[in-house]
Amino acid sequence: MKRQIPLIITFSVGALLVLAMFIPHDPFAAANDELSVWFDIIASFAFILGGGNLLRIHGDKIYRRRRDWPYSIVTLGGFLLMLGAGLWSGAVSRGNAMAPGSLFQALYVAAYAPMMSTMYSLLAFFVASASYRAFRAKTREATVLLLAAFVILVGRTPVGYHLTSWIPQPFEFLEIPNLFGWILAYPNTAGQRAIMIGIALGIISTSLRLILGIERSHLGGD
Amino acid sequence: MLRVVSTVLIVLLAPAAQAFADPPSPPPEIRAADTPHDRGRSVDLSWSPSASEESGGVTRYVVQRAVDRPEEFHAVVTLPAGSRAYTDTSVRDGVSYFYRVRAVGPAGESESASAGPVRASQQWFNPRKSNLLVIAAVLIGGISWFIFQASKGRRLYIRKIAGIEAIDEAVGRATEMGKPVLFIPGIEDMDNVQTVAGLSILGNVAQLVARYETRLEVPTRRSLVMSVARETIKEAYLKVGRPDLYNDAMVYYITDEQFAFVAAVDGIVVREKPAACFYMGAFFAESLILAETGNSVGAIQVAGTAMPTQLPFFVAACDYTLIGEELFAASAYLSNDQKMLGSLKGQDVGKAIAAGFILLGVALQTAASASGNGALVNAARWVSSLFRINP
Amino acid sequence: MSLLDRMKRIDRRILFLLMAAGVAIPLLFRPTLTVHPSPIVSRVFDKIESLPEGSKILMSFDYGPSTVPENQPMAEAIARHVLRRRLKLYMVSAWTTGQAQADLLIESVMRTDFTDRVYGEDWVHLGYKAGNQGMINAIFGAMRNLYTTDAAGTNVDAIPMMRDVQSLRDMDLIVDIASGFPGVKEWIQFAGDPGNIPVAGGVTAVEALLLYPYYPRQLLGLMGGLQGAAEYEAALVAKYPEYRDDSKALQIMGPQYVAHLLIVVFILIGNATYFAERRRQKRGRIAGGRS
Repeated sequence: MKRQIPLIITFSVGALLVLAMFIPHDPFAAANDELSVWFDIIASFAFILGGGNLLRIHGDKIYRRRRDWPYSIVTLGGFLLMLGAGLWSGAVSRGNAMAPGSLFQALYVAAYAPMMSTMYSLLAFFVASASYRAFRAKTREATVLLLAAFVILVGRTPVGYHLTSWIPQPFEFLEIPNLFGWILAYPNTAGQRAIMIGIALGIISTSLRLILGIERSHLGGD
Repeated sequence: MLRVVSTVLIVLLAPAAQAFADPPSPPPEIRAADTPHDRGRSVDLSWSPSASEESGGVTRYVVQRAVDRPEEFHAVVTLPAGSRAYTDTSVRDGVSYFYRVRAVGPAGESESASAGPVRASQQWFNPRKSNLLVIAAVLIGGISWFIFQASKGRRLYIRKIAGIEAIDEAVGRATEMGKPVLFIPGIEDMDNVQTVAGLSILGNVAQLVARYETRLEVPTRRSLVMSVARETIKEAYLKVGRPDLYNDAMVYYITDEQFAFVAAVDGIVVREKPAACFYMGAFFAESLILAETGNSVGAIQVAGTAMPTQLPFFVAACDYTLIGEELFAASAYLSNDQKMLGSLKGQDVGKAIAAGFILLGVALQTAASASGNGALVNAARWVSSLFRINP
Repeated sequence: MSLLDRMKRIDRRILFLLMAAGVAIPLLFRPTLTVHPSPIVSRVFDKIESLPEGSKILMSFDYGPSTVPENQPMAEAIARHVLRRRLKLYMVSAWTTGQAQADLLIESVMRTDFTDRVYGEDWVHLGYKAGNQGMINAIFGAMRNLYTTDAAGTNVDAIPMMRDVQSLRDMDLIVDIASGFPGVKEWIQFAGDPGNIPVAGGVTAVEALLLYPYYPRQLLGLMGGLQGAAEYEAALVAKYPEYRDDSKALQIMGPQYVAHLLIVVFILIGNATYFAERRRQKRGRIAGGRS
């Protein structure tokens, strides 16, 4: 029974939403809207679930002095500080926690934003190490990819322009900026589309398996 | 004397003054109809331009509406000159409405005939999506047919997917080294199919982990995913007869904030040094940050995602990558369940149809532009219209 | 240890250090570079340039602080262009963090360069609404069902420029500045396509590749990454030279160029060591075979 109920819910909701795609009439249209709102409501409860779990796991870690417990103090401190600042600023300025000059806005601008940018900018370093280690002309296909990458990288800089600006008019298409545009507009788009079609079919097939109750691995297998 | 002067002036200036002295002429025709193929609460209006528009005598149009009787009109919206149509989405279903469209110029406002009554209503079918319905029916039919065939016991051949074969090896190595296995089911919520696919793979990985008695770490970015992942792992441990090894602490929520989540996972990787890392689900810019950190501690890494932009990063930094549809196929492949494998075969039917139409479209389009033949041009246009929702 | 071995086992931190220097040094000198707008960017510029005064532009802020260096210059350039041309700017956001980015943009654009433009008549900040693509779908049908107030809590009926806006169909152009999901793709799927509203995008360089399949029929034009932002700024400065000093992307293009070239160099060295290594192995095998 514990297995049956989720499967029945999945089947009926899945089938209903597929039908709603083609039937703009109520009750299908209304169900479509209603169910999206339900997901949002469940997701907001999930915030309490998540916050509770965070408090429990890290509280437990600090209490039992488990390995690396000082990090947990930082985690909980950051969590409670932002939560408190958000609630306080929201209360002071009628619901708008981001009102200019509020405590939450100050923390957002001075701490949160730069920390997020820092993590994102790590990408530059990891692209550097990955390109040094992994981007090699091991096979014929890899060589083609490498050449394309070269054109794209150089094509984005003025060097690309100066490197090939001497090419005479009839062979203009060989200039790196033109090759750059061509690679993005044709081979890239063709590849993206092929992957997108494959993915779309994969999604349909997985959704169908879920709706029909054949796919149960996420419920712990059969 | 004054009269003479004014007459002369009027005669001289009449053509120019006309445009400014008189209010603009009304739009000659106004049409109002229920918006077709929709879910109601919408009326489409269109009108022919006022004759004064060309001479600059119209600056805007005012759409007015009345309920039940063509009197007591109220303005709904003001539109700039040049507008020819408007969709009124502030109506109720089943109520009779009348509409007027008045042209407004420097010299005042025109009269307007009224259109109506018109009632907004919901329709039972959206014929604009009939092509979509046919495509969906063919795909669902094809997939279902193969599932049915498989359930009758027909053996189906599925090609080997190297990334999936490697899962066993990776978990085995973690066991030998006495290090944990890290599994990240993407960073999106349960409403993304990729997350479900990732959790399905997690179910299979968890069975291996339980059998080998290895440690499993599953940090999540969404608390709903955390709850589902716990159920998945618990059931998997139960299935291989090791419920004693399961505990809730292997799955934990970190934060919804993308890069804070990445920072936390990187910290876990650097401290715990897992021997195997699995990244299965939807990923964004964090893909390379995670995979390079995993690489730096020497873990075997298997990734799978249907995010085309992140695939190159995973391919560069991981040992194996499940590309796009392989992510969705993985769970079927791992389970070795015939019905699941049947659904993969059904997918191939869809692929064959797509490839066929692409070839046909390319051939027709090429032939049409090379020859300029009217019939070919129309045929090419027709084929491409089959796959458009908005004609 | 031979040079080859040393190159093979190079500490990744040395690569990181080189990258840091490659970005930091040009940042100090700020070289001035010439950038030419490509057609995919020019189409966005030309569209905004050609719209009649008073046209309505919806701008969605779908990004967060992490991608500010790429996204904020685009957003600012678009906002400047729209206000300069006296078009009406409607700002919304499908990302929680987007609202804060819009607030920052108001400080740096509206409150500095366009103090004469009136809130509620020339521009309005409607703020964030939850629901991802569902939010786009909802305001496509009826804007006021979801946006009953602006970001500050003022009733939309009291905002003059909201009076003739019923749904997204009333917009003349949608510009989405985005860095993921929901983003440009969702604005095309749920608003641009069904409503025949032109959609233009400004996204991170990585995300841009994903959007090329939609160009040029479903997607009017696209600014991809810092380069796209710089190209838009270049087009803007060419027409309105007074914005030269505000062009953030143009000013930080130098470090990006150096970083790109550095990565090319890394790939070349990586491949050189790989081929040298392979040759050594081959030679070793031949030598081993003889003995």
